[in-house]
Amino acid sequence: MSGSIVAGVLAPHPPHLVYAENPPQNEPTAECGWETLRWGYERLRKDLEGIDYDTLVVLSPHWQTYVGTHFLGVPHFKSLSVDPVFPNLFRFHYELDVDVALAQAICSQAGGAGLVTKMMENPDFRVDYGTIVSCHMTRPQWDKPIVGISSCRATSYYSVEVMQKQAAVLAEATRKAVEESGRRVVLIASNSLSHSHFTTESAVPEDMSKEHIMSHGQHMWDMRAIDLLRKGKTQQFVDEMPEFTSQAISETDAGAFTWMLHALGMPEYEAELYGYGTVIGTGNAVMAWYPEGK
Amino acid sequence: MSIVKGIIVPGIPHPLLCPEKNEGWTRLREGFEAARKELEECGAERIVIYSTMWPSVIGHQIQADPEPEWVHVDELFHDLGSIPYKFKIDAEFGHSFQAAAEARGLMARTVAYHGFPIDTGSVVALKLLNPDNRMSASIVSSNVYADRAETVVLGKAARDAIEASDLKTAIVVVMTLSNRLFTDYIDPASDHIHSPKDEEWNDKLLEFLGGGRLEDVAQLSRTIQDQIRVHKVVNFKPMWWMSAVMGQHNRYDGAVHAYAPLFGTGGAVVSLTPSNEVAGDKEYDEEDVEVFQGNRTVLGASTDGVQQKPTSESNSQAPTLRTTTTPAAVINTDTAPAPVGAYPHARQEGGLLYLSGVGPRQPGTNAIPGGPIKDENGDALNYDIEAQTEAVIENISKILIASGSSLDEVIDVTAFLVDMDRDFAGYNKVYAKHFTPIGATRTTIAIRALPTPIAVEFKVVARAPKS
Repeated sequence: MSGSIVAGVLAPHPPHLVYAENPPQNEPTAECGWETLRWGYERLRKDLEGIDYDTLVVLSPHWQTYVGTHFLGVPHFKSLSVDPVFPNLFRFHYELDVDVALAQAICSQAGGAGLVTKMMENPDFRVDYGTIVSCHMTRPQWDKPIVGISSCRATSYYSVEVMQKQAAVLAEATRKAVEESGRRVVLIASNSLSHSHFTTESAVPEDMSKEHIMSHGQHMWDMRAIDLLRKGKTQQFVDEMPEFTSQAISETDAGAFTWMLHALGMPEYEAELYGYGTVIGTGNAVMAWYPEGK
Repeated sequence: MSIVKGIIVPGIPHPLLCPEKNEGWTRLREGFEAARKELEECGAERIVIYSTMWPSVIGHQIQADPEPEWVHVDELFHDLGSIPYKFKIDAEFGHSFQAAAEARGLMARTVAYHGFPIDTGSVVALKLLNPDNRMSASIVSSNVYADRAETVVLGKAARDAIEASDLKTAIVVVMTLSNRLFTDYIDPASDHIHSPKDEEWNDKLLEFLGGGRLEDVAQLSRTIQDQIRVHKVVNFKPMWWMSAVMGQHNRYDGAVHAYAPLFGTGGAVVSLTPSNEVAGDKEYDEEDVEVFQGNRTVLGASTDGVQQKPTSESNSQAPTLRTTTTPAAVINTDTAPAPVGAYPHARQEGGLLYLSGVGPRQPGTNAIPGGPIKDENGDALNYDIEAQTEAVIENISKILIASGSSLDEVIDVTAFLVDMDRDFAGYNKVYAKHFTPIGATRTTIAIRALPTPIAVEFKVVARAPKS
């Protein structure tokens, strides 16, 4: 039986969201915070409950590889993830399984299509916090294996355009490997929209009176992106990606969003918008596409 | 002075994990060993590391876990193996450094959490320069948004903290020279500098550093960033920091212990020993800064956050920045330089936006692209009118975007030049590049001076966004 991509999720990874959820795995605790995004994730999780799937396939901007695209290749990880930027908020004891067979299959397909690829097989490797946050917020039970894909920094070395082309090749490899695997998978693009941070933090990090978008311009870019995606104009959004990435200082430079939209076949139907909110000035949306319907 | 040595090392892990696979990597490993011996011989008791491989967003972070212990794996070169470590961190110094940074207007905090991910570069430096933890260590991050002023002030804060203690201290910077990695896997034996152009620049940098000319290299940082750095961050900062810590001069005995390609980048181990010899004149092309005055008020109207703290130590050329005015119809933005008087960035009346005069100063840092036109004593300096004009137009664009408009909507421009004869051609060239397709009317006026040491300012009227 042919596998399929049953959903694609835009799942931003600010560690603040896990911090505010107060899961038992995280050492710091919060009083509240970033509810509009967390409620958005809650609605996403309810919808995903109604869908049968086997594996989460996540591409994270915070596993940065300057030589090719890498894939987690160890069956099980158990360790402590401390966010290097917000260690006061995120010290998360994680334990997760990896769908190594599917990871290997995508890696092989992508390598065959001309991308530089590598399996990460060092058992001491620490999974990046972006992967952990997006997966936790999407599926906090941690009962589904994941495929973890790194972000090849083609934008830094070449241009957004080269990144886009590489992401499209990776997407096609992902789609083929999923189909051949027989798995039903949820893709996760782990990134925010506009990404200009505050460079200071309030004394109480979850003090929502201090939270807002960095600038009006950033908000305008976020609304343009969301508007296009809600109208099913994903191709136009991807076409505008170089300008969006530059103007919104966006971590879409990592390729995750482009990869996911290509793998979904550039949907022309309306994206489900679950929530939008800011985290330390960055713009974040929780959105999903369901190729087979909800 | 208790700073006894400066050391520059690369952070890519090959010299630590597999030096035997390439002759150059072996040389770098030997270079590390030579630097380690120098540190031992000069009696260094503490090393303070600035690592370009530890990025931060919320100000700067300083390691303060007394005994961090972990098994580290590099996120890119994970196949080379794991690096177990246990370091001795000078937490007390870390707190002192943080306090010194805050006293100079910076946002800084210490981190002391089990499992905090110490970056590969710092791990490599400590494993090879301080394998037995003979010296205590301190590590500070590199803020991704910080530019020259913030980085120089951070260096001066480190110096404050070092001078307040009595330990002999070595300064270590983790960086490569050219930083372009190969984007495909290579046979280790075939490693080479990515391009001849990178190699030529690396040679030039090593000539300077070998001659002890640290401040000269710091002054070249922006050029280095443009020429041989992949722009992963906003600028090439480590030489700014190192020179600021070590006194902003060229009086060092420099020694290049090793230089070799590291997966395409330029890796070098260099030591700088304070000396009384004068290694040529230095030429400052950017103003010095003692206290960081960047905008930290983004959290909103509350006044309990970190605020700008102009002090008597501030650069005398910098006017006191004003709190922006906020009645209805006025527009202010953090993306443009703070006003030098009681006026907003822009004001909307009917369908038009009227902008206050806009100069080239940079938001946050107050730096002047192309350099100031005069120094603190009023002596004329050479400056780049094209760079200043570009910055003016960029600032105008930011204000218009913040107002919901754009540069395309500009109707009328009044430009002020302090030296029409010298600057008109350069200004006119940059202006034409941006405004030819817009077709705004323009008047150019020569004036005697502007309130800050800048050469050009624009006053603009533009169409407001349709409501």
